[in-house]
Amino acid sequence: MFSGLVITGQTVAFFLIALFLIACGVMLLSMKKVIYMAISIGGVFIGAAAIYILLEADFLAFAQVLVYAGAITIMLLFAIMLTKHEEMERPAVLTAHPVWATIGTAGLGLIVLWVVKFSNIKWPQATPDSPFQGQDNVKLIGEALFSQYVIPFELVSVVLIVALVGAITLANKEEKK
Amino acid sequence: MMLSVEQFLTLGAILFCIGLFGALTKRNIIIVLVSVELMLTAVNINLLTFARYGLTPSINGQIFTLFVMTIAAAEVAVGLAILIALYRNRNTSDVRDQDLMKW
Repeated sequence: MFSGLVITGQTVAFFLIALFLIACGVMLLSMKKVIYMAISIGGVFIGAAAIYILLEADFLAFAQVLVYAGAITIMLLFAIMLTKHEEMERPAVLTAHPVWATIGTAGLGLIVLWVVKFSNIKWPQATPDSPFQGQDNVKLIGEALFSQYVIPFELVSVVLIVALVGAITLANKEEKK
Repeated sequence: MMLSVEQFLTLGAILFCIGLFGALTKRNIIIVLVSVELMLTAVNINLLTFARYGLTPSINGQIFTLFVMTIAAAEVAVGLAILIALYRNRNTSDVRDQDLMKW
């Protein structure tokens, strides 16, 4: 895995961010209080934004911070406070269900890791020069979005507005008759 | 030698498995929703990896990530609205009690 890996700022940053991401993910699984779980997912979203910057997707990194770490995490915290905000995750009873979930997840993980690492698939080699060199990321996304992807863009905005109006209708308290 | 595709794909696989395990075993609906978001984030990392390091690097992977983020935001809004409506009617936020559509 580490053959030919030269220690540069980029690789050090990648491994630190990856460690942070996985630590936040494990915290999400292992915390007792539900509210701490929702806070640790905020750490995962910020770490993912850092990974996006390493992958030269600046616009998406900032969108990730705004949409996920800002809006969605706050919305989750509000939902937790509106329901049972002191709730603890009950200690797991050893039934067949978590055992099968563990076996299935570990199996899927091993298969994917085998495909990525050991199956001799020739993944495209990383080129040192960026394909987006000298170009404005926001401008590239905007041009693609409003020329090639204009119909999906319009459809996705319709989906978003319908989903949000539907959410308001669902959560609205029914009037007493 | 720089970072390669494999390292990003491995990170995505680990995050996806954490999210899948959470979605399958956690009892609180909000945490199940969060785990689904985690899986979507892992997929986004893979899409951006192939947009940057793929065989033909292009902007399309980033556009797809943008769409995934939009749909994920809509999904969370609808999911939380359903959760609040169910909590009002049944006074619980445990997935195992939500069996309205079970036959």
